[in-house]
Amino acid sequence: MKTIYLDNNATTQVADEVFEVMKPFLCELYGNPSSMHTFGGQVAHSIRTAREQVASLLGCDPSEIVFTSCGTESDNAAIKGALAAVPHKRKVITSRVEHPAVLSVCRDLEHHGYLVLEIGVDKDGRLHMDELRREADDNTALITIMYANNETGVVFPVEEIADLAAERDIVFHTDAVQAVGKIPLNLARTRIDMLSLSGHKLHAPKGVGAMFVRKGTRVSPFMLGGHQEGGRRAGTENVAGIVAIGKACELAATNIADENERVRRLRDRLEDAILATCPDCRVNGDRVNRLPNTTNISFEYIEGEAILLMLDRYGICASSGSACTSGSLEPSHVLRAMGVPFTAAHGSIRFSLSRYNTQDEMDFVAEKLPPVIHHLRELSPFVTK
Amino acid sequence: MWDYTDKVRDHFFNPHNVGEIEDADGVGEVGSLACGDALKLTFKLDKNGRIADARFKTFGCASAIASSSVLTDLIRGKTLEEALKVTNKDIAEELGGLPEQKMHCSVMGREALEAAIENYRSGGTRKHELEGHVVCTCFGVTDKEIERVVEENDLTTVEEVTNYCKAGGGCGGCHGEIERIIQRVQGARMARPHGAPAKRPAKLTNIQKIRLVEQTIDEQVRPALRAHGGNIELVDVIGDKVIVAFRGMCAQCRLTEFTMKDVVEAKLREFVSEELYVEEDADSAGEPHAHRE
Repeated sequence: MKTIYLDNNATTQVADEVFEVMKPFLCELYGNPSSMHTFGGQVAHSIRTAREQVASLLGCDPSEIVFTSCGTESDNAAIKGALAAVPHKRKVITSRVEHPAVLSVCRDLEHHGYLVLEIGVDKDGRLHMDELRREADDNTALITIMYANNETGVVFPVEEIADLAAERDIVFHTDAVQAVGKIPLNLARTRIDMLSLSGHKLHAPKGVGAMFVRKGTRVSPFMLGGHQEGGRRAGTENVAGIVAIGKACELAATNIADENERVRRLRDRLEDAILATCPDCRVNGDRVNRLPNTTNISFEYIEGEAILLMLDRYGICASSGSACTSGSLEPSHVLRAMGVPFTAAHGSIRFSLSRYNTQDEMDFVAEKLPPVIHHLRELSPFVTK
Repeated sequence: MWDYTDKVRDHFFNPHNVGEIEDADGVGEVGSLACGDALKLTFKLDKNGRIADARFKTFGCASAIASSSVLTDLIRGKTLEEALKVTNKDIAEELGGLPEQKMHCSVMGREALEAAIENYRSGGTRKHELEGHVVCTCFGVTDKEIERVVEENDLTTVEEVTNYCKAGGGCGGCHGEIERIIQRVQGARMARPHGAPAKRPAKLTNIQKIRLVEQTIDEQVRPALRAHGGNIELVDVIGDKVIVAFRGMCAQCRLTEFTMKDVVEAKLREFVSEELYVEEDADSAGEPHAHRE
């Protein structure tokens, strides 16, 4: 059975071009980039190239890129590192819809004497900017708010937040794990201080991430040890992974405009078909300010895990914000923060596309999904004829 | 991905006895949309008082649908007395087991069966009503239900109780009460698990008192406020007066007075000292409260 992979916000396929460039570093080019000999030194050169490739996609200087092991590490390092550098300020502002890699870190800070404020969102998942403006005060050390939401794809006005933070002398970090490679970024034109990204969300393998730290931003290193990454992140480099994320960023930079236009058309085609054929469903999140690859649709009266298992039989991969899929008992914290009614939150399905998806795949899903929805509704006690 | 048995998958993809009997003898409805699963069970008796037909409609995940399907298989042909002996364990065993976190699906099956039989015995007048007092407000679970799953499944931790009946799976504000129910049911052989808040000590130094107030707010109060988008900050402790400030949604809430008296003070008295009383910080109380829809 062919796999139709529509779960690219969870992880992505490694691009062939990426795999090709990383392979030698898992085989013959095993040298340590910190070594004094030519054999190791040539590896350092490849890391330099990768750093330039990442910087070029983000629109920043290569010296502002720090390689890490994943997006979560970048988030941890950015948040904890920035706070350690301004010990006199004790307040952190984040949003209620952050990824756990940020939200859990912030909530943990409360046990260390920090006051943490979570800014809410409206019913379309848009950030309450007035609340943020009011709360960002002299005691605030850090604002950490995501670039784009992983569940709904809603894009936040991060440039505006960056300005607001800069005016108040607050460090601003953004978790851009879902945004990098999907929408164009130019950090040179913004006042974002720190940004996290992850390799496996943009067709590099798992196990590599990066963090942007603007020149002049004070960050206390999170991982201590050797002098790698200019002393900002100790530990022998994951060379193959770093080379891979570099190549992946280069590919994204080359293709971002037309590929995302194509992906957007495919996403819209799928979304429109589902809305037209399945009664009682709704799109969650602002459809204007949204990643081009994501759609989050709620099907009333039925439960998400059941939908996913039915789709799985056709090889269709998606995800859900229902309680059952998470192993917790409550549906997605993002949908709850948006005030999506429980009836709809439990039946939410996220389809997230990549450049490897095709129109045929969209049409296949649009054909297979409505009978699944219909079948589950026949089982549901909440559907009355 | 959940590790479902082939039997669960089979009953999910090809459920038995789906539907609703129109002139049913007994109707049992449990669960709700908000809770994430719900089951409506209907049955019809034959002239010998045996269940001739049983049908279900279920909103929920694969294990909820599979549990409902085997339940209807299990009770067909049984008298009501025999059917009442079916436990959630029987349902889970019939499915070749369920993941721990999904055991509540089997409990829902048993509850629906009891509700349907109760409905029949009251001549169709009585609907399923909650017995006892509600312990878990997030999922509407009563002390009686918690006692029952603890007893029938020999549960010893809050986490297990959550897996079996959802109680404690939301804001976490009822964990202390669930623990006391477990201790009551399981008796002396239950040692107090690690990490649980200490019993109220007899005499406290100032430093101990402040630490315990902090710990109690962290463990007992903040999670509940968190669930509603709020937060609490401990400002000071002066003698028996505990000064706190409410943040986020809580600061704007018209129920602030209620939250303070009912939750914070009650918890502090329960876990720290009977003498404590709570006041809201004058500075933060005077701040303009932002309103949101």
